[in-house]
Amino acid sequence: MKKEIAGASLDVNEEGYLTDFAQWNREIGTELAKEEGIELTDDHWQVLTFLQESFNHSEPLSIRGIGKRGPVSIKQFYELFPEGPLKKASKIAGIPKPSSCI
Amino acid sequence: MKRLLILGAGTAGTMMANHLRPKLARDQWNISIVDQEKVHYYQPGYLFLPFDIYQPKHIKKPIEKFIPTGVNLIQEKIDKILPEENKVLLANNNVLDFDLLIIATGTKIAPQEIQGMDGPGWRNNIFDFYTFDGAKALRDKLRKWQGGRLVVHICEMPIKCPVAPLEFAFLAEDFFRQKGIRDRVEITFVTPLSGAFTKPKATEILSHLLVEKKIEIVSDFAIERIDNTSNTMIDYGGKEVQFDLLVTVPTNMGDEMIARSGMGDDLNFVPTDRGTLQTETQENIFAIGDATNLPASKAGSVAHFESEILTENILRFINKQPLKAEYDGHANCFVETGNGKAILIDFNYSHEPVEGTFPFPGVGPLRLLKESRMNHYGKMAFRWIYWNMLLRGRHLPFVTPKMSLAGKHFDDMQEHEN
Ligand SMILES: Cc1cc2nc3c(=O)[nH]c(=O)nc-3n(C[C@H](O)[C@H](O)[C@H](O)COP(=O)(O)OP(=O)(O)OC[C@H]3O[C@@H](n4cnc5c(N)ncnc54)[C@H](O)[C@@H]3O)c2cc1C
Repeated sequence: MKKEIAGASLDVNEEGYLTDFAQWNREIGTELAKEEGIELTDDHWQVLTFLQESFNHSEPLSIRGIGKRGPVSIKQFYELFPEGPLKKASKIAGIPKPSSCI
Repeated sequence: MKRLLILGAGTAGTMMANHLRPKLARDQWNISIVDQEKVHYYQPGYLFLPFDIYQPKHIKKPIEKFIPTGVNLIQEKIDKILPEENKVLLANNNVLDFDLLIIATGTKIAPQEIQGMDGPGWRNNIFDFYTFDGAKALRDKLRKWQGGRLVVHICEMPIKCPVAPLEFAFLAEDFFRQKGIRDRVEITFVTPLSGAFTKPKATEILSHLLVEKKIEIVSDFAIERIDNTSNTMIDYGGKEVQFDLLVTVPTNMGDEMIARSGMGDDLNFVPTDRGTLQTETQENIFAIGDATNLPASKAGSVAHFESEILTENILRFINKQPLKAEYDGHANCFVETGNGKAILIDFNYSHEPVEGTFPFPGVGPLRLLKESRMNHYGKMAFRWIYWNMLLRGRHLPFVTPKMSLAGKHFDDMQEHEN
């Protein structure tokens, strides 16, 4: 699927997650955040960068992991990206939806 | 004499002992297995104990009964693994050397991870059914409970047997109806997931059943703490759920022994190659069952499929042959839905549960993703199969470790990443 945003044409899946991280840039992140009703601040960016770095090192992402190693506490994470923060933040960061594996 | 050491004599460790003893020459290989317990618990039975469907005697047997002759059973707590020295330290200060190590120490509940969970309410109006003691205490509670707000809850993923909490909700619904007090019980299912289950196709069907049985669902609920005065669960986003009786599945973690050994992830699960079952720690250390960090279900059926592949890989390792990356994440679970019926689901790393027949393509007799009585009998027969075939390492007839695609209705064979 294609999605037009910030003057770019992106490949996304049916839930709106980017399928190719190489297509992402900060401008796109800002626009994706707006779609979620979020104005990005420095704190948001710190979290997004952390998620992208973890993803690039193939480290599995979990809310617990953010609380343990991330730049913010779980509580702050929820304040920054209300309701389903990991799903929302991953979408804005241009990385796949974390699979809560079974 | 070389030494093969198995840590944990639960489902996976016991199966490995039974698989390997006949395959390794007794004059060359000493096999030992360590467990702190004297009793082997049939954990799938914990689901039925609270409703008086099974009695304790159905689900408890002596551990030693299932360890083959020629394998040395050591009943002691493991303190830690010293990987570089190829040694395991026991709580009684004994040291065991190994040439090959298999970690099968499983997972257990950690209610202490959530503030207020193991406080004054624990086993009073907050229960778990993932331990023998918990399931039994809940049985005693349910025998006299007169109704109110029942909340069935999952703290965080991953948990073992991820369908068990839903099954509990279905069986509870049935139980209260039989008892004639269904109208006095409000049942709510609270989950950190976005829906009833992790896999979309199965979620659709299970959500439908929740509606049919008038079980309310609260999803995306990430619990932060429990307030014991108002009996309320509060999530990180500020959402609240009030309960009279809470049946929760606490955070599941690997044993602290794994953390002490410096071999675990955030939840003390051992990073393990998902195809070969070799740990990332060291070549001669393998892991199986709930103890691994594999993105597969933590289930007895998974441990069974893994055990056939791990046996082959252990023999290959000993013969200095390359390992086979064969494990595909195959899982196969019966889901009790109440009213003497069950659903069967079969899936792996890349394929979701779909409809069809099992194990014979087009014939069955078991039906995938459809409620049926036959599936329920399958679930009940599983206990016999577990004690008599699975633990003893017997190959299950017609069921292969790698998932079969025959007889299944894949509308689009989409492979999805994990
Ligand atoms: C309620 C419930 C329902 C379930 N239903 C199903 C089902 O329907 N189908 C299915 O396939 N699976 C089901 N399961 C899951 C299944 O029981 C487990 O996945 C399976 O038992 C895992 O086997 P394991 O060998 O990895 O761990 P376990 O069987 O838990 O064994 C681990 C062993 O290691 C020992 N150990 C751990 N740490 C130490 C230490 N430090 N020192 C000494 N010993 C130690 C423990 O005492 C234990 O005996 C269910 C589980 C539960 C809780």
